[in-house]
Amino acid sequence: MARRDYLIGKMGISLLTLLFVLLLDFLLFRVLPGDPVRAVIGRNIRISADVQSSLRAQFGLDKPIFLDQFVDTLGQWARGNLGVSWSQRRPVSEILISKLWNTLLLIGLGQLFSIIFGVMLGLLAGWKRKTPFDIGALTFSLIAWATPTFWLGIILLVSGSAWFGLPTGGIVSPANIGKPLHTVLPDLIRHLILPTLTFTILYLGEYMLIMRSSILETLSEDYILTARAKGMSNFQVLMRHGLRNAMLPMVTIIALNLGFTVSGAIYIETVFSYDGLGNLVQTALVKQDYPLLQGAFLLLAVSVIAANMLADFLYTYLDPRVKAN
Amino acid sequence: MSDHWKLFLRNLSEFWKAFRRNKLGLVGGFLILTALLAAIFAPALTPHSAVDIMRDSNGRALTFASPATHSPLGTDDAGHDIWALLIYGARISLMVGFLAGFISMFVGSSLGIIAGYFGGAVDTLVMRVTDILMVIPDLPLMLVLVATIRQMDLKVSPLSVLILVIGLLYWTSAARLIRSQTLTIKERQFVARARAIGAGHWHIIRKHILPQLMPLIVTNTVLILSTAILIESGLAFLGLGDPTQPSWGTMLNFAFSRSAISNGAWWFYLPPGIAILWVSLGCILLGNVLEEMMNPRLTAHYLEGDKGMIAITDKETGL
Repeated sequence: MARRDYLIGKMGISLLTLLFVLLLDFLLFRVLPGDPVRAVIGRNIRISADVQSSLRAQFGLDKPIFLDQFVDTLGQWARGNLGVSWSQRRPVSEILISKLWNTLLLIGLGQLFSIIFGVMLGLLAGWKRKTPFDIGALTFSLIAWATPTFWLGIILLVSGSAWFGLPTGGIVSPANIGKPLHTVLPDLIRHLILPTLTFTILYLGEYMLIMRSSILETLSEDYILTARAKGMSNFQVLMRHGLRNAMLPMVTIIALNLGFTVSGAIYIETVFSYDGLGNLVQTALVKQDYPLLQGAFLLLAVSVIAANMLADFLYTYLDPRVKAN
Repeated sequence: MSDHWKLFLRNLSEFWKAFRRNKLGLVGGFLILTALLAAIFAPALTPHSAVDIMRDSNGRALTFASPATHSPLGTDDAGHDIWALLIYGARISLMVGFLAGFISMFVGSSLGIIAGYFGGAVDTLVMRVTDILMVIPDLPLMLVLVATIRQMDLKVSPLSVLILVIGLLYWTSAARLIRSQTLTIKERQFVARARAIGAGHWHIIRKHILPQLMPLIVTNTVLILSTAILIESGLAFLGLGDPTQPSWGTMLNFAFSRSAISNGAWWFYLPPGIAILWVSLGCILLGNVLEEMMNPRLTAHYLEGDKGMIAITDKETGL
């Protein structure tokens, strides 16, 4: 019962956030000078006022902005119609879908490595507090935290290509563009190394810090003393009672971090000219391609909201305390 | 009034005694201070300005000159002195970062105090807004906001847009923290007593709650500065800075888009990044040390033997 209330509350927030995003996305691009009809006819001033107004009527632009136009737009978005990109002259949704998987691949790999290494190193650092290992780990994570993502990307790009001959951009070599990705796997992996490494280094530090403080909190709980008193070894206590309890806040952090991950993708894809959503957002920004920017923001925001909701569901399963009260 | 001052000075000197022992905090303070000094005394540190073009003896612009040809840090693609760009850029980066950080801290603290102190509908409203803002991916949101606001022909300078957007989006975590702290302070005896003798809300907040919150607010301001400076550099790198007033992020945008990398001009893309790292690391070190001084709980745990836990008890009981 309590768990259901908790989830309903969380879902309410998610829906509210979704509504806010939709409204913002709609309004921001509606207040821009020039309307969609102007965009379609371009600079062709010979189109008569009559035709222009009939075009406006066709696009529904003669109706009041609230609620008619807003509801119309929502209907269009729900059907996957996000308009046409000004710079590429293709439907926005088509462009977004073609880039989505590349970005998911990069974010997925980056998150996977940074979570694995972050949790492991954070656990060790918290356990062996104030040893050289801990101090080294802390120093590393502080520096990683303070480093601008894109700058680290540039440094790794320069050093990786100079010392290891790794490719500096793109997702596959020019010769392999257009081929199905699984047929050019070695090439793809070579291109993924540097962006993934940048991702991992940046997020590793943060996960490590959080894991470290989480394990420190957990280890000063009284049940740890009880476990010690039962005669378990330090390592057993750490793994059975420490790790499992300290992991709980990590689930929330990972979910909350998804938005942050999207930022990482924008910077890293820009630096490595990686053909994904982040790079697309940056190009749309530079080319002032507003329909594309609007669509990309919608997709990114909605995915992060959905992922957060998923994490809330997951959390109630993982933490029996939420279930109980 | 003079008693207040004496108390303040005594607290400050006690704080300094405790702080002085912490090397990391000193390093952090040093990093921030040097950057601030460089920004303030920029004209004294270089004979060139950020727009001067360096020329060789034939009058041609010195482009991509290495530090060996043109000291101390070489030139960029157009012949500007990198060292001059760097220290004048400090003014822009620090100004945007500090203003945005202060705005977000001010908004966050005010909303946190109001929500925590008054509770009820105000509290619910503030908390729902933070819930919403925390879930929306921040960088795409800022990009979209800055891009559209720029397009609206408002009479606002590009840097002000940047300051306001960063400042008005990053107050959520501060608001939560301050709110929860306000909630506990509100329940203390001295607040109840003040209320019993007829003190008004404003008086209680100003005289009893705010002083208790000050350490927390200061710590978080320092930490939020690093976020603001990093965000500014990121937005500027993506092309949202003011090209006529280049910050460190704008310099990196220029370096990246004007092929400093393929020209091997490391003196163009290394220094601005190091400068950003310098300041943000300074803020993080200082902020963490301040936080540690105010939250003694994380000093020991049960797998460290008896010594550590005794230390904790000492601090808690003051024995």
